[in-house]
Amino acid sequence: MNQDPAINPAGLRHRAEAHASAFPALLAEAEHLAATVLLGDHGRRRSGMGDEFWQYRPAVSGDPQRTIDWRRSARGDEQFVRQKEWQAAQSVMFWVDDALSMTFTGGDDRPTKGHRARVLALALCVLLNRGGERFGLANRGTPPRRGEAQLSRIAGHLMAPAGDSDYGTPNARVLPAGSRAVFLSDFFGDPDPVSEALTRATDRGVKGTLIQILDPDEEAFPYDGRTVFETMSGNTRFETLKAGNLKDAYLKRLADRKAHLQDLCRATGWRYLCHHTDTGALKALMWAYRALDHAQ
Amino acid sequence: MISNLAFTTPLLLAALVALPILWWLLRAVPPAPIKRRFPGIALLLGLKDDESQTDTTPWWLMLLRMLAVAGLIIGFAGPILNPEDRQPGNGPLLIVMDGSWASARDWPARTARVETVLAEAARDGRPAAILKLTDPQADALDFVAADALSPQVAGITPDAWFPAGNLAEQIETITEGATFDTVWFSDGLDHPARTDVAALFEAKGALKVIQSGRPAFALRPARFEGSDVAITAIRADADGARELTLTALGPDPNGVEQELARAIATFAAGETEAEVVLALPTELRNRIRRFEISGVRSAGAVTLTDDALKRREVGLLASNDGQEAADLLSPLFYLRRALVPTADLIDGTLEDMLLASPDVLIMADIATLSEDETATLTDWVDEGGLLVRFAGPRTAASDIEVNDPLMPVRLRAGGRSVGGAMSWGEPKTLRAFTRDSPFFGLPLPEDIEVVSQVVAQPDPELAERTIASLADGTPLVTRRQFGEGQIVLFHVTANAEWSTLPLSGLFVQMLERLAISTRPAELTIEDLAGTTWQPEDVLDGYGRVRSADALAGIPGELLVERDLGPDLRPGLYSNDDRRVALNVVSAEQVISPAAWPDTVMVEGIVTAEETPLTGLLLTGALALLMIDILASLWLGGRLSMKKPATIAVAILALALPQMAEAQAAEERALEATSEVVLAYVKTGDTALDRVSRQGLEGLSFSLFRRTSIEPAAPIQVDLETDELSFYPLIYWPITEDQPTPSSEAYTKLNRYLRTGGMIVFDTRDGNLGGFGSSSPRGRKLQALARPLDIPALEPVPSDHVLTRAFYLLQDFPGRHAGNSVWVESAPADAEQADGIPFRNLNDGVTPVLIGGNDWASAWARDENGRPLFPVGRGFGGERQREMSVRFGINLVMHVLTGNYKSDQVHVPALLDRLGN
Repeated sequence: MNQDPAINPAGLRHRAEAHASAFPALLAEAEHLAATVLLGDHGRRRSGMGDEFWQYRPAVSGDPQRTIDWRRSARGDEQFVRQKEWQAAQSVMFWVDDALSMTFTGGDDRPTKGHRARVLALALCVLLNRGGERFGLANRGTPPRRGEAQLSRIAGHLMAPAGDSDYGTPNARVLPAGSRAVFLSDFFGDPDPVSEALTRATDRGVKGTLIQILDPDEEAFPYDGRTVFETMSGNTRFETLKAGNLKDAYLKRLADRKAHLQDLCRATGWRYLCHHTDTGALKALMWAYRALDHAQ
Repeated sequence: MISNLAFTTPLLLAALVALPILWWLLRAVPPAPIKRRFPGIALLLGLKDDESQTDTTPWWLMLLRMLAVAGLIIGFAGPILNPEDRQPGNGPLLIVMDGSWASARDWPARTARVETVLAEAARDGRPAAILKLTDPQADALDFVAADALSPQVAGITPDAWFPAGNLAEQIETITEGATFDTVWFSDGLDHPARTDVAALFEAKGALKVIQSGRPAFALRPARFEGSDVAITAIRADADGARELTLTALGPDPNGVEQELARAIATFAAGETEAEVVLALPTELRNRIRRFEISGVRSAGAVTLTDDALKRREVGLLASNDGQEAADLLSPLFYLRRALVPTADLIDGTLEDMLLASPDVLIMADIATLSEDETATLTDWVDEGGLLVRFAGPRTAASDIEVNDPLMPVRLRAGGRSVGGAMSWGEPKTLRAFTRDSPFFGLPLPEDIEVVSQVVAQPDPELAERTIASLADGTPLVTRRQFGEGQIVLFHVTANAEWSTLPLSGLFVQMLERLAISTRPAELTIEDLAGTTWQPEDVLDGYGRVRSADALAGIPGELLVERDLGPDLRPGLYSNDDRRVALNVVSAEQVISPAAWPDTVMVEGIVTAEETPLTGLLLTGALALLMIDILASLWLGGRLSMKKPATIAVAILALALPQMAEAQAAEERALEATSEVVLAYVKTGDTALDRVSRQGLEGLSFSLFRRTSIEPAAPIQVDLETDELSFYPLIYWPITEDQPTPSSEAYTKLNRYLRTGGMIVFDTRDGNLGGFGSSSPRGRKLQALARPLDIPALEPVPSDHVLTRAFYLLQDFPGRHAGNSVWVESAPADAEQADGIPFRNLNDGVTPVLIGGNDWASAWARDENGRPLFPVGRGFGGERQREMSVRFGINLVMHVLTGNYKSDQVHVPALLDRLGN
């Protein structure tokens, strides 16, 4: 009998159930996170095309006659125009890095970077869903839609097993023109695909946000002594006799990487946030939501 | 140290050779790398290590490991500290005990050790004998089975003298031909025969000396230093400074033996002598019977006093017609010259002098006395006075044939003149003293001439009353017992008019023998020749005074030779009214530590216990290995540095527990809070502070023994600097000149009082003049307490909880008794419930207690637990001391338990409820 759990039906089912059981938890966590953001901050607050009533305003010359709300105007001598709230639906595409590097966590007291990225993405989706926007997952090419079904779909996709590469590359081809994008990753991989994806997206009128999610250990490099470092897949090894001596060099390279990302964002009009897994997710969520809002 | 170390399996120590190899091996193996998964590796790739030195283990870790391994090896080799070398001996064993007074200080330890030695000898089947050097047996040593000797050991007591000087010959005779091993229990002091005897024993077999390390002290006899009493304590070794308390003991006016005076003798470091000078009133000084070093149980630490320390009060009275006589003709001139150095002289009228109750009254040529004077004088003599009269022209001229009760004999009128210009005979010389005479043995100078005298009427009792006579047999000095006292008549004048006797040394000696003057400190053969002395008290080896009723009298010469031994025990010897103390330690004696030849093995009495060190070393090695684990983890980066504090604590706790040194104040706080501690206020008066400390120590001691309160040593608090809130009770003795605390200190004190503390104020003056009124300390107390937040006070009511907190008490005595003690007053609405003897009083503890009974002095005890200060007198005083201790216990109980005992008023109600 083949014992490979990937092919073994029992193993497959076991994994499926494990993921299925985690999926409502993820959704619940995201809902919970999103619930802390008060609505009222989310409306468009301007008149425009839409279904919802926005305000009556006195008619001025130049208003087409069919825009006059006669029911309101009949109560007095003035004519009023009934305005609707502007309701142009946005498409927001998420790219959540699912590479192995995101499965890292430096301590038992904090989630993996990947988990934090998924929660943030899904919570943003929940908020967008409430705001009536459309959203999709660029990883799988899920087209932007709205509704609970789309939420479930995205949650299901996010729970899919991680890829087998060490570092992920963003997928910019599936971004619809004029949409918005949120990239969540540690951006430890090769920086060139990222800048290429960003420039290509900008070319298509896509604006968005980079959220770099880092573990505090990656920020502080608290290692010392004779150490062999491995990537999460174990494919790459690096041995040092005294890890403590490398700290300064590492930190400098990390700062360079962050500076590179920030420069990239500045050039393309994107926004950049560095988030650490030991801080609460809410702050990053708020920032990201406002960033999406303001980008309009 | 090293000589006290042995190994059970010393061969294992050879494994220590392997240590260098291990060093090399360990050094070659670097610490294993640690594997980490780390996404940030992308940023690390290409970085280079700039050094490669951590490839090898650091030297200190190597050293740690080496030490651990060495500890293991040595530990398994079985090291033993102070090993008992139990080589079973054979052949007879002689146990020699010095048995002198100096060994009395740790006699129980000695006998215990003797029994151990005997038990060992019994196990080895060796015959044994015991020889006490102070009292060696006369016949040859008889070695018997060792266990047969054990019962006798308890019966051996130390003697109050040193071994005899000719000891070596004695021992040689009794050990003739025998060979034996010797264990010598030495008192640690040198004496003349020691070297010879040691050589003798070494010749007979192995000699082991066991001597105690306790310092030896002794007292030299007290002597006069001007008008003060000087007493010198001596010690054998001159190491370090040391204080001794000397006490003077003697009967109080009721005849009960009491401590009369006390002084501290301080040995400076390097000094073997410490002198104390006591200025005492004559009356008190004359009552002193002995001096002791308090707390030292040894005959050497006791010195008896005798006539040499007494100065009699002598009243001098001469007829004075107002005529201006030349000094040399004054009837009292020679008496004064003879008596001034050794007696306290009183002048004045007869009535005044009798009020001062002199020991001796000397009347020079006074023939007639008024009836009143005669009556009072007769009473005085009857009660024990010594009346000495000198004849003279008046006596001769007076109508003295009437039987004067104050004359020892009846005199013939007129007297007689011999050898004068108008007489035929030669001046008379003295006849040798008879054996019955108190002057017996005094040498007669050739040049004494008597030219005139008064003559006694022939009488049947005359011969018996005559204690000195002229060559022709006429009485020169007569004496008569009269009631308790006696009357002595010199039939010549007190000046040189009638005889040359007052000019001679004999006159002084006669006065001394009559116990009129005090003898000089040094005894001479002449002083004592021909006299027989009866021992009154003798000292045993422990310095206890024993009655000497069963002992025979000894000739006076022996007292001078001072050859102390079984036949001449130290003690107090008397002859008529004279007393001579024969002390263990003479005036010039020096005590010095015994010096033993190098060949002799010297051991302490208490042997160090055999201690196996294996466990200790293995534990140490394990601890080192633990540290090694931590250190290796740290070196390898495996030790999480995210919690450096906890790790530091762990390492410190493991390796260096005592490194966590807290601040002094913190230590003090810990000390004060980890156990119940009584505190006293520092007054700045060193002696008073010491009394406070000793008092609270004594109280703590009593609490420890009698109650479940087990206080630690009391602490002195400085009101200005120390935190008060740790102490349940603060004892504050009041002196007139103690500084008033600053306002910050008062703030602290008030806070202390408000938060449940208690201050015991003690004016120590027995409330002379009533509470707080006019005594200086009362005024000082008022001044001190004015800024304090003290509630209304009242004298302790009879139902106060203080009266039943532990003991049932109604009085709260200290050294003074019967004075009211003030506490916080009960609330006005306190009610007495039916059938309950106590009122339902307020909660809480009285914040102050004010009294003047000098409690600390009554509680004070020295380190041996003996009371330091006399309280009251006799058994009543001891009862008072006990009561004061009980008061102290009640006080602390009250402070710690509040009104717990008061709550028992509810017991009937509770019982009632339970019953239903």
